[in-house]
Parts: sequence; C-alpha cells; structure tokens
Amino acid sequence: MKFSYFPGCTLKNKAKDLDIYARRSAEVLGITLEEIENWQCCGGVFSTAKDEVATKLSSVRALKEAKSKDQPLVSVCSACHNVIKQTNHAIQTDKEFADKVNRYMAEEPYNGETQVYHYLEMLRDVAGFDAVKAKVVNPLKGKKIAAYYGCLLLRPNSVMKMDDPENPKIMEDLIKAMGADAVVYANRNECCGGYVSFESPELAKKKSLAVVENAKAAGAEMIITACPLCKYNLIKNGADIPVVYFTELLAEALGVKEDTNE
Amino acid sequence: MNKEYLRDEMLRMSGVNPKKCMKCGKCSATCPAYDEMEYHPHQFVSMVEKGDIEPLMKSESLYRCLTCFACVDRCPRGVEPAKLIEAVRLSVIRQQGANRLKADDVPAKLDDDMPQQAIVSAFRKYSK
Repeated sequence: MKFSYFPGCTLKNKAKDLDIYARRSAEVLGITLEEIENWQCCGGVFSTAKDEVATKLSSVRALKEAKSKDQPLVSVCSACHNVIKQTNHAIQTDKEFADKVNRYMAEEPYNGETQVYHYLEMLRDVAGFDAVKAKVVNPLKGKKIAAYYGCLLLRPNSVMKMDDPENPKIMEDLIKAMGADAVVYANRNECCGGYVSFESPELAKKKSLAVVENAKAAGAEMIITACPLCKYNLIKNGADIPVVYFTELLAEALGVKEDTNE
Repeated sequence: MNKEYLRDEMLRMSGVNPKKCMKCGKCSATCPAYDEMEYHPHQFVSMVEKGDIEPLMKSESLYRCLTCFACVDRCPRGVEPAKLIEAVRLSVIRQQGANRLKADDVPAKLDDDMPQQAIVSAFRKYSK
C-alpha cells in the first residue's frame, strides 16, 4: 500500500532518526512512503481559533496533494499529525472555515477527503501488529520499555480518535510485538511542557521530570516517543534512562537499523 | 473596551459556549500548568462569560497554557476551556507591536539539540 508521507521540519534536521528508521521499517512491512513534494512546515501547533486560516494552509496543501494521488496521508511526528488531522477535521466540520480555506486553493477545492494516519495507526490498522511481530528478527527480549504518548498523539480525542486517551495501548501493543515488556505508568499521557521550554524552562523541567520519575518508578529502563519535542524535553531536563524514537527500536527489531544499502 | 463586544469576539473566535459550564473545576484540576497560572482554566470560562476579558489579556497565564488539550478532553460538559485561552491570547498578540517573541530573541534561546518543532511552535503561540 502507498501513503503520501509528510515528514515535517524537524525530521529533516534534529530528528533525522525518527524519519530514517520510519522509512526503513515501512519498507520491510511492504508499505511505500511517497514523500509529498514541496511540503511546507505544519507550524507545530494547531490553533483552535476558527478565524485562524493562513496558518493552516500548509496542512491543507499537503492534504490536497495526497487527495490528488488518491492516497492516505501519514506522518510520524506527533505534532505534524496533530496539526494536519485537526486541520482536516476543521474543514470537514466547519463550513465557513472550509470556504475561507478554499479561496486560497487553485483549481479543485479541498473538502477534507484525505484519510489521515499516524505511523503508529498505519502499523496497527494497515500492516497489523501481528505482521510486525512476524517480521521481527531481533526480538527485544527482557527490555522494559515505557511508551510516552504526551498530549499531541491522543488529544483532543474527539478529533484524533487514535486510542482511549486515558488508557491507550497502541504503543504498548507495538512494544509487545517487538518482543519487549511494556511498562504502564500514570504520566504517559501527561504533557512534557512542550514549547514552554522555549520561554519557561522551569515549567518544562517540572513536567518532564515528573514523566521520567514516574516511568522509572514503574520499572522502565527506556522510554519511547514519537515526538521530537518530548524527546528533547525529557533528555534536556535530566532523564537518566535512554529516551528514543519508537521508529529506532522498530528498525532494530526488524533488523534494518544498520543501512544495508550503503 | 466594551465588555459585551469583547465577550462576543471571544465566543466567535473559539466557538465555545461558557454557559454549558457546571463549575466542577475539573479543567483546572487536570491542568499541568495550574501552579504557574494567575487565572486558571475554570476562571477563563467564568470571566469570559461575564465579559471580564481585559484582566485576562494582561495576564501571564496566557503564555503558561501548554495547549495539551487535557482540559478540552476531560471536561464533562465539553466546554473546552483551552479554546478560550487561545482566543484571548490571539486577541492580544494580533495587536500591533504585541508580539511576545521576536525573531531577534531566538538565537539566544537556542541550544544544539533544540528541535525545530520547539521554535516554530513557540512562534505560533507567542507571535503573529
């Protein structure tokens, strides 16, 4: 199956690992990721204001590009996924917003037709975790791994609809499919402080450390995330266990962490 | 500014109906930035309803909200307080010269590991 792939600004720079391992793993699973041509940055945060239009157009153009190829759109970064999915939902449910957006669109209008996936949903709903499990060549046996969802993957649930926002299991199911033990802890869906680290580092520190301490108390030896900013905040604020992108572990489990093409 | 006008603007921008609020306080209880806020999410709801928006516009609380949507998801009445905070914040930074973050301030805040996501997100929240 082919997906239109929206990598996002950070995956081309500070979060190259998130991108590279996502691409390699998809290949193993028989999924083709076609990078959207000329994609533009999603902006990182979705504004819930109904009269905020221009800041959402980059997402709309990506969605429209996927529609023109008749492909679903997938991204790996939690923020890109959140912004693109919320923009798509706003177009589907707010006619005034859709009308405003379409005044910027040349030729065909866009009315929310594209299906939006997060990479994790693609693994669960398209590839299937059983198929992932079957392709694992290096099972991560005995590793105690804590999934860190943060806020953007799950909320607002009325739009994101990825999983139960208070008791998610999609990442835990992936951890199990890779042969490791999933550590469940209370703070896995609480915020790390996000962009506040930019101007109130103390607040971000408090929030990030609460996540790390809670995961460790539950027995975690490692934390996985889909969000570059979560990873940055947890590490910057003193995580003393490894914090890695879920795609890196996936590539390791699937035996494609080392690039065999080079 | 006229209280009624300001209130109607906030309601128009956010799409929120503060009259649905049953004052249970769950939004503030679940807010990860609660300790850092002068006005808490439940106060945004009641103050916007009354049209007391100018004190909110002057408050640092606008910049403490993490946009984590915890109050949006956990409100038993679907009031979605974060949408009001966003509307008030935008009504401040949309004014001339009211950008909280200026491009020239950015280099001093960078470190080698900071993801681009942090910078673009901060611009979205603090500047127009």
